[in-house]
Amino acid sequence: MPMLQFTLEVIKLDDIFFDKRTLELKYQIPLGKIGEFFRGLENGKIMATKCIECGEIYFPPQTNCPECPNSGVEWIELSGEAILETYTIINVKPTSFSKYPDYVVAIGKLKEGVKVLSWLNIDDQKKIRIGMKIFLRVVKREEDYYTYEFFPE
Amino acid sequence: MKRVAIVGIGHSKFGKRMDVTINELAWEAVKQALDDSGLSQKDIDFYSVGNLGFWSEELLPAVTIGEYCGLRAGSLKTEAACASGSAAIKVAYDSVLSGNSKIAMAIGVEKMYDSPNPTIIELIGRAGNYFWEFENFGLTFPGYYALYATRYLHEFNAKEEDLCLASIKAHHYGSLNPYAQFQKEITMEDCIKARYIAWPLKLYDSSPITDGAAAIILASEDIAKKISDTPVYIDSQGYATGSANLSRRDDFTGLEASRRAAAIAYKNAKIESPRSSFDLFEVHDCFSIAEVMAYEDLGIAERGKGIELLRENQTYHDGRYPVNVDGGLKAKGHPIGATGVSMAVEITKQLRNEAERGRQVEIRKGRAISHNVGGTGHYAYVTIYSRGD
Repeated sequence: MPMLQFTLEVIKLDDIFFDKRTLELKYQIPLGKIGEFFRGLENGKIMATKCIECGEIYFPPQTNCPECPNSGVEWIELSGEAILETYTIINVKPTSFSKYPDYVVAIGKLKEGVKVLSWLNIDDQKKIRIGMKIFLRVVKREEDYYTYEFFPE
Repeated sequence: MKRVAIVGIGHSKFGKRMDVTINELAWEAVKQALDDSGLSQKDIDFYSVGNLGFWSEELLPAVTIGEYCGLRAGSLKTEAACASGSAAIKVAYDSVLSGNSKIAMAIGVEKMYDSPNPTIIELIGRAGNYFWEFENFGLTFPGYYALYATRYLHEFNAKEEDLCLASIKAHHYGSLNPYAQFQKEITMEDCIKARYIAWPLKLYDSSPITDGAAAIILASEDIAKKISDTPVYIDSQGYATGSANLSRRDDFTGLEASRRAAAIAYKNAKIESPRSSFDLFEVHDCFSIAEVMAYEDLGIAERGKGIELLRENQTYHDGRYPVNVDGGLKAKGHPIGATGVSMAVEITKQLRNEAERGRQVEIRKGRAISHNVGGTGHYAYVTIYSRGD
């Protein structure tokens, strides 16, 4: 049985071809089926879907309930009242978020039972405690679009 | 049921490999696997290539690698995020098990350094539920696991120092593994004073960006013993898919998909007590917290007790449960699509008693297990291997 062998090679960094072709990647995401969610944001509401048959609440919203394939869904407004389950502070950020100071990403469990992942907008990150009450609110981002964030109660 | 065995293994040096292209890197592993088995390319009836891609230039790596390596059989690329390598093993294994192939090869390869670091951070961060996690909230891959770390440390009264114990162990074994990206030991001070990347996770809690390749050759039982004196059998494979969006997880102290995959693998291999069945565990320690959760998800520690195995040094090569004595993802490196195949190579080496000095485990049960997670428990593959003697 031959033993595994290899030789360590010295890497010469000048032996690299720098690609002359650039690919810009920007997706066009169809969100028409959940248009109600985005109309909700414009009116300060955070909407979820609820299966008419089994009552399951979906967030992120989806208009098909895989458990009840023949049922429809209805739109409901979420209360926003939540308990903080866990969080992190993003210190090393993606390039497309580099303009933001270190931000807190949190998961909160809402009164309705569904969980939501979003930023936790808080002045003093040292005051964050698992189990604290937080509130989900619509915000307008500096990129000029609406989304949602948690705030301390 | 007939069995399928590993009859050849190959592994490239892991690290920043700007001396080779993705095809040349794959060749290093493919050539070794062919040499190790004594087979040639024409003997391979089917091959699969585990690769995530995006950061490297080839869109059809199974084709370009096949051409470069002289493989002409049917092929495909498999994607299961960081478990793409185990997915490659799955399809090659199934191909032999079904009788469609007598001999198949599973290759895993990733060439991450072909893109600049910020591009990689951006791309891996998107590996969740794109619009609802990345577009709006800029999650990074360390951030996903940090959400688990925060909750775990809170719930089980553990400290960041405890997580560092996993990183210190990883670097110890990396220093003993010539294939590993990191060849130096680290101290508690190095680990705890390192900068945060996604609080509470710091630099050494995280696996690095890595280029690397690994390959295994699988053969049906009837011919395996003619090819190899030391075949290593795949006893079973369990797999599961978790939710894309982390907000749809029940808890943040373990990975539900890992537990489900392990239960399937144990059932099919008739493993009743995971604590007394394996000589070696290869677990998906992309982050220190991931290693701790793996102990618990595989059932070698109770929920919340994984950290104690680290505190008691029970997962070193001479402990009760040797885990990742090749340096793991954190020190050996984590070339995404290669990782699952690399785990199979390491297990085969260990079961053949061919591991390097200072890290060979004592083979008593003749059985080992790999736990390969894609994303943050988005995919999970658990594979059980044995010498069959």
